[in-house]
Amino acid sequence: MTDANLDKPAAAVPASRSLLNGDERTKKREAAEKRFQYYGMAAICTGLFFLVVLTVSIVRSGLPAFTNAVVAVDFSLSQEEFDAAEGQLFKTKAYQGLFNTALQNKLTEAGIDVAFDDKAIERILGKTGGTIREYFRENTDDIGSPVMFELAASSRVDGYFKGRVTRDTLVDSRFLELNDLDIVDAMAEAGVLKTAFNWNFITGADSGVDNPGGAGIGASVVGSFFMMLVVLFLSLPIGVAASIYLEEFAPQNRFTDLIEVNISNLAAVPSIVFGILGLAVFIQFMHLPQSAPLVGGLVLALMTLPTIIISTRASLQAVPPSIRDAALGVGASKMQAVFHHVLPLAMPGILTGTIIGLAQALGETAPLLLIGMVGFVARGYPDGLIAGFTDPNSAMPAQIYTWASRADVGFYEKAWGGIIVLLIFLLTMNTIAIILRRRFERRW
Amino acid sequence: MLNAKRTASALAIVAVSATAASARDQVQVAGSSTVLPYASIVAEAFGENTDYPTPVIESGGSSAGLKRFCQGVGEEHTDVANASRKIREKELAACAENGVTDIIEVRIGYDGIVFASQISGPDYSAFTPSDIFNALAPKVIVDGALVDNPHTQWADFNGDLPATDILAFIPGTKHGTREVFEEKVVATGCEATGAKAAMIAGGMSEDDAEDACLEVRTDGRSVDIDGDYTETLASINANANGIGVFGLAFYENNTDKLKVATMSDVAPSTETIASGEYPVSRPLYFYIKKAHIGVIPGLKEYAQFFISNELAGPDGPLATYGLVSDPELDVVQYIVASEETMK
Repeated sequence: MTDANLDKPAAAVPASRSLLNGDERTKKREAAEKRFQYYGMAAICTGLFFLVVLTVSIVRSGLPAFTNAVVAVDFSLSQEEFDAAEGQLFKTKAYQGLFNTALQNKLTEAGIDVAFDDKAIERILGKTGGTIREYFRENTDDIGSPVMFELAASSRVDGYFKGRVTRDTLVDSRFLELNDLDIVDAMAEAGVLKTAFNWNFITGADSGVDNPGGAGIGASVVGSFFMMLVVLFLSLPIGVAASIYLEEFAPQNRFTDLIEVNISNLAAVPSIVFGILGLAVFIQFMHLPQSAPLVGGLVLALMTLPTIIISTRASLQAVPPSIRDAALGVGASKMQAVFHHVLPLAMPGILTGTIIGLAQALGETAPLLLIGMVGFVARGYPDGLIAGFTDPNSAMPAQIYTWASRADVGFYEKAWGGIIVLLIFLLTMNTIAIILRRRFERRW
Repeated sequence: MLNAKRTASALAIVAVSATAASARDQVQVAGSSTVLPYASIVAEAFGENTDYPTPVIESGGSSAGLKRFCQGVGEEHTDVANASRKIREKELAACAENGVTDIIEVRIGYDGIVFASQISGPDYSAFTPSDIFNALAPKVIVDGALVDNPHTQWADFNGDLPATDILAFIPGTKHGTREVFEEKVVATGCEATGAKAAMIAGGMSEDDAEDACLEVRTDGRSVDIDGDYTETLASINANANGIGVFGLAFYENNTDKLKVATMSDVAPSTETIASGEYPVSRPLYFYIKKAHIGVIPGLKEYAQFFISNELAGPDGPLATYGLVSDPELDVVQYIVASEETMK
């Protein structure tokens, strides 16, 4: 542009040029700039639009998972009944039978004048035996006295309360019959059946495919947490040490070049490959436990390392050489210069890289497939710190994936609810990183 | 920074040394995604009803599960493989090669395979194996001659079927369901339409003709689904004309979205499958590594719990979910109790 202007004869320039009243060309340039700004705004708006659509659809599909239909009744168990139930092979079924009878009596007492039988009650209730057995085994003193139980109703009844199942769409089956809805309505009117906040979803563990009411994501949140601990404490120190050496100390030769190229290549390796590696090396060679967050964490740490190394090196490079020169100039050793001056200044960048790496690792399912963390892993909470690393557990994305592939629609809803929990976990992680970054941030 | 590093290495050392000492205390299972739902029901109940920890059940398909099962004996290998088909000779040989010799075969019951389509879609209400073969085989009989499959619509070969484009979602080859689909539907159709006879007449050997019968057309009208039934369901939802292959239990859980077709005029249900009238059903199995019994706590108890009358019987939770219980359950119970291995 400028060269072209110089070639033109001076006379061609209009005499009345002023900075206040722009000429044709200035206006054109300003218009182009305005247009560019609009493009930018349009791009941001599109992004925001998709974000809103995504958030709304996740929240709308996921919120129902946080409530469920429960049957709330007083139930008392006699010592004889307890002993008899404990003597059987399928104990929980016995407890469920006792509870069903108690509920049936209660309904008759309450004068619900809709005909019902054992089977109907079984179809309306979810699987209740496990909760009842666990409670009475832990609180043996309560045997004989009435205890208030809030137990999840079956998946279709739950759906009826949430509008997922209606009288029009319900097809009679052994899961629920149209007539049962009359009983459900009567029970709801009597206050026996109501909707309540589903604490079990947040604190519980996975359940069998016939028991969506009992499924919770809590155990897999713990699994993810322990995995993230392994990833953080392995990949951050190793990654930072490797990049400090490569960036500040290592000689520039073919060998270090080769390492650099390979680190970049490693960042692009599909995650499933790390899963196969994990199965072959950690489980089959090193005999680490299957389905354990420790192995999951090790695999994900390998996957996260390149991301952390690359971002750490970039942030080390961004520290001005004058800082190093000044430190060395006042007599600091090379190591002192790096650890006292360069590293603190590079810290915000390192944290950013770490959080991106961790977020990636948190959402990863593919490598977990091969080390046994995807499937039905229904352990409760680990007993202690070490058990948290070595006991079988699932991870949040794996749990979501498992739920999404189950036949009962109730689980699909849980999968969306799980996504909300996963996002909250991610946001918390990011917030902590941002707070730390603020504290480390130095200006020069 | 240094502090963090010190804690990290200490933590890693503690964790690794702790695991080296402790043995695995949970049963580890992998295999068929058709058996997975039943296994998860049993595993949950097993954890609730005994003092053993809840077993870990992974899916991934019968073949993948058996492959892992056969990789060796020892804690780092799975104890049980779920399968929706019988173990193959080749797999037994692979097992033996890795030292897995004593295997207990446990049949847990039967499962039906159904053909279902979108509930508001075209009227696919009655199929025969010949219909499926005519729709999906690469070579079919038209006017008495074996030709490349010219059919694009169901009505092309059977006037009773709707005039809609052929599109079928069938299980991928890693699924045990695929084998049953081939054996009970495609092969039967191949014989019934006379295609097999025509192939043999055309110079093929009996074995080659059998293999050729099982092929499906590759022009995109038959789509392999490698995931599980939810993926098939999603494909059906996206394609009004599509039909999909499902397990009976999955269909029964989704009767509000799917409608089922009869096969050779028999509607699939637990009753028709138990009586043997419905032609497309198969037994479901799991295989136990005998060498692990007594080493992995709760393994035999898990197997016995699985096939007890209370769970796998006609009134148990497995039957409620959709498994057709085995009329000879007592025989299976005896096999597990006496740890009788396969010959």
